Formats: sequence, C-alpha cells, structure tokens
Amino acid sequence: MSTRLAKGGRLINRTAPVEFSFNGKRFKGFQGDTLAAGLLANDQMLVGRSFKYHRPRGIVASGPEEPNALVNLGQGARLEPNQRTTTTELFEGLESTSQNHWPSLEFDVGVVNNYAARFLPAGFYYKTFIHPRPFWKHVFEPIIRRSAGLGKAPITGDADRYEQAYAFCDVLVIGAGVAGLLATKAAADAGQRVILLEQNPTLGGRAPVDETEVQGQPVEAWLSAIESDLAARDNVTIRTRTCGFGVYDHGYVLADERIADHTPGDGRPKHCLWRIRAGKIVTATGAIERPLSFAGNDIPGVMLASAVRDYVVNYAVSPGDRTVVVTNNDSAYQTALALKAAGLDVPAILDARDRATGALPEAARAAGIRILTGKGIAKVKGGKRVVGVAVCAQAGEGAVQEEIACEAVAMSGGWSPVVHLWSHCGGKLNWDETISAFIPDPTRPPLNHDGTAMVEVVGAAAGLLDLPAIVAGVASSGTHTRVRTESRRNPDGKQTVKTSVEIPPVWIMPQGAPIKLRNKMWLDYQNDVKVSDVQLAAREGYQSVEHTKRYTTLGMATDQGKLSNINGLAILADSLGSEIPQVGTTTFRPPYTPVTIGTLAGESRGEIFQPLRRTPMHEAHEKSGAYFEPVGLWRRPYCFPRAGETHEQAVHREVLNTRTNLGLLDASTLGKIIVKGPDAGRFLDMLYTGVMSTLPIGKCRYGLMCNEQGFLSDDGVVARIDEDTWLCHTTSGGADRIHAWMEDWLQCEWWDWQVYTANVTEQYAQVAVVGPNARKLLQVLGGMDVSKEALPFMQWAGGTLAGFPVRVYRISFSGELSYEIAVPASHGAAFWAACMEAGKALGAMPYGTEALHIMRAEKGFIMIGDETDGTVIPQDLGLDWAISKKKADFLGKRGQERVYLSSPDRWKLVGFETLDGSVIPDGSYVIADGVNANGQRNTQGRVTSTYYSPTLKCGIAMGLLHQGPGRMGEVVEFNTVLGGTVKAKVCDTVFFDKDGEKQNV
Amino acid sequence: MSDPVSALNGASFQGFAAIREIGPLGMITLRAKGLKSLDKAIKAAVGTKVPAQRRIEVNSDRACAWMSPDEYLLVMPYTEVATALSSLAKPLSGQHYLAVDVSDARAVFRIEGDRAAEVLGKLAPVDFATLQPGEIRRSRAAQIAAAFWAQDGGFTLVCFRSVARYAFDLLSNAAR
Repeated sequence: MSTRLAKGGRLINRTAPVEFSFNGKRFKGFQGDTLAAGLLANDQMLVGRSFKYHRPRGIVASGPEEPNALVNLGQGARLEPNQRTTTTELFEGLESTSQNHWPSLEFDVGVVNNYAARFLPAGFYYKTFIHPRPFWKHVFEPIIRRSAGLGKAPITGDADRYEQAYAFCDVLVIGAGVAGLLATKAAADAGQRVILLEQNPTLGGRAPVDETEVQGQPVEAWLSAIESDLAARDNVTIRTRTCGFGVYDHGYVLADERIADHTPGDGRPKHCLWRIRAGKIVTATGAIERPLSFAGNDIPGVMLASAVRDYVVNYAVSPGDRTVVVTNNDSAYQTALALKAAGLDVPAILDARDRATGALPEAARAAGIRILTGKGIAKVKGGKRVVGVAVCAQAGEGAVQEEIACEAVAMSGGWSPVVHLWSHCGGKLNWDETISAFIPDPTRPPLNHDGTAMVEVVGAAAGLLDLPAIVAGVASSGTHTRVRTESRRNPDGKQTVKTSVEIPPVWIMPQGAPIKLRNKMWLDYQNDVKVSDVQLAAREGYQSVEHTKRYTTLGMATDQGKLSNINGLAILADSLGSEIPQVGTTTFRPPYTPVTIGTLAGESRGEIFQPLRRTPMHEAHEKSGAYFEPVGLWRRPYCFPRAGETHEQAVHREVLNTRTNLGLLDASTLGKIIVKGPDAGRFLDMLYTGVMSTLPIGKCRYGLMCNEQGFLSDDGVVARIDEDTWLCHTTSGGADRIHAWMEDWLQCEWWDWQVYTANVTEQYAQVAVVGPNARKLLQVLGGMDVSKEALPFMQWAGGTLAGFPVRVYRISFSGELSYEIAVPASHGAAFWAACMEAGKALGAMPYGTEALHIMRAEKGFIMIGDETDGTVIPQDLGLDWAISKKKADFLGKRGQERVYLSSPDRWKLVGFETLDGSVIPDGSYVIADGVNANGQRNTQGRVTSTYYSPTLKCGIAMGLLHQGPGRMGEVVEFNTVLGGTVKAKVCDTVFFDKDGEKQNV
Repeated sequence: MSDPVSALNGASFQGFAAIREIGPLGMITLRAKGLKSLDKAIKAAVGTKVPAQRRIEVNSDRACAWMSPDEYLLVMPYTEVATALSSLAKPLSGQHYLAVDVSDARAVFRIEGDRAAEVLGKLAPVDFATLQPGEIRRSRAAQIAAAFWAQDGGFTLVCFRSVARYAFDLLSNAAR
C-alpha cells in the first residue's frame, strides 16, 4: 500500500496538516501536497475509471501530463470537472470525487466493457453506429453521451471571477528549471526586460529531485541564490503557478495564472489570463517521461519512474514497500536509489538494454540492488492494484521467467522533450536517434515578422537530458543578447552542445509480444487506446498519423497525448514498416494544458458581458417601465407598457395616441455624421443615389446609400448646415459602419478630395415630437418660431426651446406633423423631462420602436433591414425617384445597370391587404404554381413588413412580389409557418393618408 | 436651461485604485493637416503647441492630443468650447479643416492611485512601463474604444458617452 514516510518531503510542511475528502472519505495531508500526493499518502491508489473499458486506474504521473487521476473538484458553484490531481494543490476542506464510474468507483458495471474489449476495437464507433442512419441521432448518440464523458458539467453559474491582463517584455522565458533560470539570468544580465513563467508553485524544475549539485554548488543553495538574485532585479518578473500554454504569431504568448485555485473564496480572481507580447520567447519546458508498453501497464501502482521519485522526495510518499523499476535508460536508476535512500525495497531493476554500465547503474549495483539486464515485464499482476510482475526476456515473446511480488512498478521508456510551445507557430522537429525523441531543429525555428527566430529552446526541451549539457546549452544560446539564433550555430546547423544521454528505442515490451499481451498494453490511458488498436488501424489502411489519431482517438483526451503520442506513432511506424521521422507527429496546437472557459471569458460576464449603449434618456425610460429591445449594441424602448397592459396593447395605444394627440420618441440612436469641405458636396453625390450638392442651406433631403454592387445599404435624411457642411443621418445600427465606409473612400480612393467627416451621433440627444399636437408642444416650450411658414416640411432651424440650445428638423417618419429636436446629450434627460411635463396637457405619451415601425409601415416607408437584406436595390422598392438620372456616377450605379438587376422580371415592393383582415405571419412567401427541383413549392414573392394596424384596424403588409407594381388588385396566396395559406390583395404600399395631408399642416 | 449632466453624474468607485467619472469636459475634434496656421490656431484655442505623433500637450485644464495624422483632440473647460471654436476659426479661416464640439459625445474617467496602471493593464493592450509622460494611447478598454494618458499621478480615460456605464463597471471591476 502507498503511505506517508516518517521523514523527508521537500515540499510539504508537516506542521500544517490539511483535511480533504475524496468520494466522501476524509483524508489528511499537509500543506504543500498536491492532491495526488495526498491521495497516495492515504493509500488511495485507485482514483478513477478509464473512458471506454472502465478499467481501474491510478496515479501515473506527477505533473500536467497525468492522464488518469482527474477528479471533480469542489461542488455547486465551484464544481470543476477534469481537474488533474497531480497539479491541484491541497487546501483545507478540498472536496473531490472520482469520475467516469457507475455506480461506484470500486464496483463499476461499465467494466463489463473490459471483457468485451475485443468488440470495441479501434474505429468501433465508426464501424458500428453508421447503420441504420437514423439510429445515430436517436439511439446511439444519446447512449454514448451518457456512458462517455469525464467529469460532471457544473449546472450553476461560476462563483469565482476571472481576469485578463496584458504584459510586455523583451524576453519571455517559459519554465523555471535550471535552464529557464539560467536563461532568465543571462537575459537579465544583458539588460533585457524579462518575464519568467513557471507552472508549478516552486522554481527549480526537476533539479532538486534529480541532481545533487548545480554549477558546483549544492542544488538547494544554488536555487535559493539564483532565486534571490532574480527576485532582486527590477527587470525580471517571475510568475509562478503560471502556465505559458500557447505561442502565437509576432511573439504573442498566452499564459494561465492560477491565482486562487488553492485559496478558493478568498476574493481574488481565480485565474488570470496573461496576454504577453514578447520580443523573443525562450522555452525551457523540460521533458516528460514516457511510459513503457507492457501488458497491464495501466494497473494502479504502475507509475512513471520520475513520478515515483517525485512523490518520495518531494512529498515523502511511498508508492509501496516494494517497487520494481523497469526501464530502457539510466534515469530510472535514480528512482531505485531514491527509494533505497527512503528505506524502501527495490526487488529488481528490469533493464531492457543488454548492458547497463553508466554511473547510475553502477551506483545502484553498489547499493545492492538486483539489476536484470535484457529483461522486461511480461505482464503486471493485479486488478485494482499491483501485486507483482512477471519477468521475461525483452528479446523474446513474453515467456515468464520469474515472478516478483511488489506493490508498485516504476517505469521509464525514455524522455520526450516538451516541444509543444516550439511547435505551435511552426517550429520544426528532428528525430534524434541518440535519445529516441523528437527535438527542435534550431535551423527551422518559428519566425518573427522580420525572419528572425521567434522562439529558442533551452534545456531538456532542446533534447539535452543531462545537467552539464543543459548548463552549457544555455551558455551557448542567444538568451544573453537579441542576436539572431542562427548566428551562434555551426554552419552545418547542428547544435553546438550535445547530451551524453543515450536512450535506445523500446516501443513494445517484450519486443515479440503476441496479441494477447498487446491487447493489454495501454498507449493512451485516458482514451483507452492500446498497442493493438494502432496496429489494427495500420492494417486497415491508415497511414497518416493525423488520420490514425482520429480513428483510434489516440492522444485526443484532455491530456492531448502527452504520454502516448510518441509511443503511438512509433507503433504506427513499425506497423507500416516505416521510419518514425517519415510518419511524423500530429500537430501541436494550443493550449498546452486545458484552460478553463472562465479564464478565456475573463471579465466578460454579467453586467459587462458586452458593452450596452445607452442614450442620455435611458435611465428615464427604465424608470417609466420601458420594455427594451436590442438595436445593434443600443437598447431602445420597444414600448412603454402600463400596469396591466400587454406589450401589444401598449404598442397599439402608443400608435393611436401619436396619431390623435402627441407621441414622443427617443431618437438619439440615429446616426449623425458631419461631412465638411470644399469637396463635400461632390463626395455626398457619389455616396448617395440622389443629389446632395444642390441641397439649399437650411433644407433636408432623404437619401439612399448603396454599396458598389448597387444593393441598398443605408438611408436617412441629409441636412445642409452651411456652405461646405452637411449633416448625414444614418440608421441607428448603421452610424459606425457608414462612418467607416465614408473614411474608407476618403482615405483609400479619393484621398485627394478635401473632405473631413466626424461622427457626432452621441453628441446629441434627439427627441421626435410627433402628432397633431406636436407644434403646440414646441410652442409651449417656447423660444423659436416653429410655424408652418417659418419651418416648413423638410427644413431645419437652430434656436432654443425652453432655454435648451436645439436644432429642430421638420421631418416625419410617421406621416404625422413631426419635429426631430437635437439637444446636446448632457441636456438630453432634462429636455426629455421638459417635453413630457409640458406635453401632459397635450396628451403626450412616449412611444417605442414597435409603434415607430407600425406607423412607418402604415405610410409605406421602407426600413433598412426589413425591406432590404443585401440583395435588394432601390428600384426594387419603387425608390427610383430618389435615384438621380443626371449624375455621371455614384456608388452602385454601375452595379444597378447589370442585366439581372435592371431586369423587369424582379420581385418588387407592393402592399398587401389580407382578404380576411388577418395579419400575414412574418417570413411568409407568396406561393406560385408547381414545385422546384427539390420538391419545394415555387415562390413568387415574400413579405418584408407585416403588422396589425391599430389605425386601420386590420392587418397590413409590404412585400416583394414578382413584377409586383403591375399586378395591383390581384389576389395572391401566402404560405404560413403553421401550414395553410392566407389570401391577400396586391395594393399600394401607402395604407394611411395617401396624400400626406397630416404631416403637411 | 438645466446644468449639463455627464453620463454617470460623477460616479466613483474605490478599489485598489480610485475610479471617478469627471466632466462634463469640453472637447473639440479638430481635423486638419499641413495647415500653415495650425500651430497658431491650437495655441489660441488651448494654449499649447501642436502635439507630435502619439503625444498630448497639457496646459493646466486645457490640452491638445494627437489622434491621427489629420486629427487632434482639444480639451478645455465645458463652458469654453464656443470660445475655443471661434479662436480656431480665425487663424484657420479660408482653409480646409473641421472643428466640431464633441464634449457631450464623450465620457471621461480618472483612474488614480499607485496601482492605477494595473487597472488599465487588465483592459488595454498597452505597455504602461514604456508609456512616456505626455504620451496618449488611442486603444481599447476590453470591448470599447478608449484613449488615455497619464496626468497628475493617475490616468485620464476618454470613451464614448453611450458606453460610459460599461466603462465604469469595467474599470471598477478591474480595480477590485
């Protein structure tokens, strides 16, 4: 059984005990433990079930590469699934539960899949669930979704907050092992601004566990010296618990800082996403130990050799009294020595190599440890935990020569440099025969905008697996200057520093293992992919490693194949009779480790999920109970319901009141763009289909804007302010877009025209005063002459009303007598209040956007976005009168001359009156005879605006109809979403006050 | 006529830095390029020289900021906009330029305290360690456009009026 040792534990504080729970069981650990260390200290070796076969699984690793030991952490609003116990720091009251088991971790019925494993081979899902087709959606997928999946998704909102922050530096070093620390110091010595990121809470990497001396000093002394040296420097920032997880173009790096994971609820943000712009990136990300593929290598108690010594040295946790070490390289001997030093038994070291003569094997021999060379594991014995291993010859087929009883197996299949960050932006790899691993090719780095190397790799990540080489490698690197990395390389492009470590390839143990053993050799623990699965995929014709990955799901779990990828592609290469470099790796994509969604969302949640635009009167509308609707990012009152009123009733009341008394509309969102300059008139003549240059000062003109293709893009009223100044009103949603459109033409095409624009949309609050009593209200407010004579229709005037500085536009979008009054936004709320107050005696009521829509539809006015959808030209809408025939050119003119757009055969705007007075459902089409090639009913038109008119007490609609204007009086049929049809008579688009008498008083 | 009211009526928040909405503040967008008397006009309006690229020239409660190769932002007390506009008009008359009052289109915030830069560093992709005194950044604060500069031991931030509430909530959240 695994337990806590009486002495030692570099990272734990025995004076600070911590209580935590796993599946409801209460355990004790120490401050400084990871959750994995705490579980092992309490003999909780079984921590989860595998994804597909529900096999019992234990802790394998001691870092972010852990595939098995994932838990649901916390509960309620702080529940987080798939948390790696190996990187989760223990804290008082931590609650965790295992994942992927039913009904319990110990007794899992899904394990039956284990016995049916021969029926769940690679590509099982693809092969099995493809027929019959409908079964996928209704039967297979729901079942798979229930049985698969790892942790539980939280169902409540996240109690924590997250933030993001920007950082900048000359040199960003990722990884604070010996190589990263030396690189940081070198860059700092050269006066560079350096940021050093370390995913763990402490610095030093593997050195404190694996080394005794660094640069001639005891490792702990060396570490504390360099730590305090760096901490004292102004130009160095060290961030621990921060994982640099993605490298992007132009030296952009994302890093996830776990600020309060280990202190939940202390008020600090849980994580911070650092968005770092670095002049140069140095990755010192180390290497990850590889498992060996032998039968039963997934049984709890089988661990990476490096993890075993981490638990012994860092946390004083013993994986068991007797640990068998199995390896193909010298580093695992350190584990044997560490176990020995802790007073534990190592019954044997099984070394797959024929000879083991290095310093470490010799030290192990001297310590009296039995070393069996040329041997491997035929199979691991045990179910929910290891009880022993069967030893065989590595060269053979697995005939058992000896059985050794043990509680744990420490395995090492060599080391894979962590090349992810190097590769994210295109850094290339070479296969290194000496250490049997892919290492970065320094001659093919990811490049910066100027062609220089963006990333440099130092330390074990560069394939340097021994400390002298690591130290020498940093010294010869470019980290102390900003010179191009190429310049310090040999002409043949090889690295100047070589590692003394040799790791021969051992991909299967024993090398001639029959299918019975290969069936139990796990490559990908989390996704349950075995050696036999990859071999089957190869037999079935899979050659590309990318295809094989997706077919077998190798490396597709939350650990992204940190342990399994190299072993998997080695098996694939072997099965294909090909070489590993020819098979290549799958693509390394960010993030290196999973990043919780909350971190990516940052502050964008709740009230500040996105910016809401508010008019100066917004608060007043809220107080009067307005029901808002989104218009772009604006919130506009849709209607102002009174107590007991439905929204529909409110809208109808607002329409009728405006038509009979007085309505007030907050029109502040209307776009307002000033266009000024000697060429402004000419510019507007190009932008609008009509002529704006001839507009007299003081007058207003309605205009249409098209894109180059001729399609209608925006509309609005233009006012001539003075000799060389115009004010263009745009739609509420169109202001920013049209302003950008203007600047685009001025900056890129007509850069020699003397025109300046300014978007003054938000400078003014605008109130539409609409209805028969509109003029009376303005007269009550007083201050300027707004009579028919002084201010006729389509003119504007500046002055004051009730003491407010105003510009009054006599324009109408409702068919009523109407003024739109612009006041500086800082006076908007006060002016609105003054209008409401003075309007009381005149029957004034505020109205919202829906009433506005109905009134404009009653008058046959088009609405951008209703009558237009990017495929409609002004001629389709009967707006030929607003298109100049005299102008030589305007944006869209040529487009509109194209045959298809100028054809008389187009769908054109008409009005529709239903025969039964009902309202045509939104989205309805006018049906035609016959069906199209898809068997769908032919159509000849569609509705674009449809409302119940409270004024006319019937349904009214506008829509596009094939050759519509020529078909007045004809009865057509609309389909409806619910089935059935609605008959309607084609009519004029103007339903109310056809002669415009009401607005012209 | 009522007194002018800024978007949030002077809202404030105290976190590890202080956030205050100030204003209303007078502001003029001046668009002009390569005009002979531009320096004279800016001097007359706000008493500063023409700012160089990415610079802001501050003259107590007035300032002139470079916004683009042909755009400047003039800052002054709210009540002095009309005077400033006519001060610009005289030297620039007959030349092609655009000067327009945008005081009401903006919301202005002060971020103050030793750690004020930390607040903005969470919202804007700006290297505050290299932001020189007298430098202005036209950048963004999370999802909205914003311009800011260091002044009087803190920062002044300008954004559009309609998003003042978002900006305030954002700044306050970042100062928690």
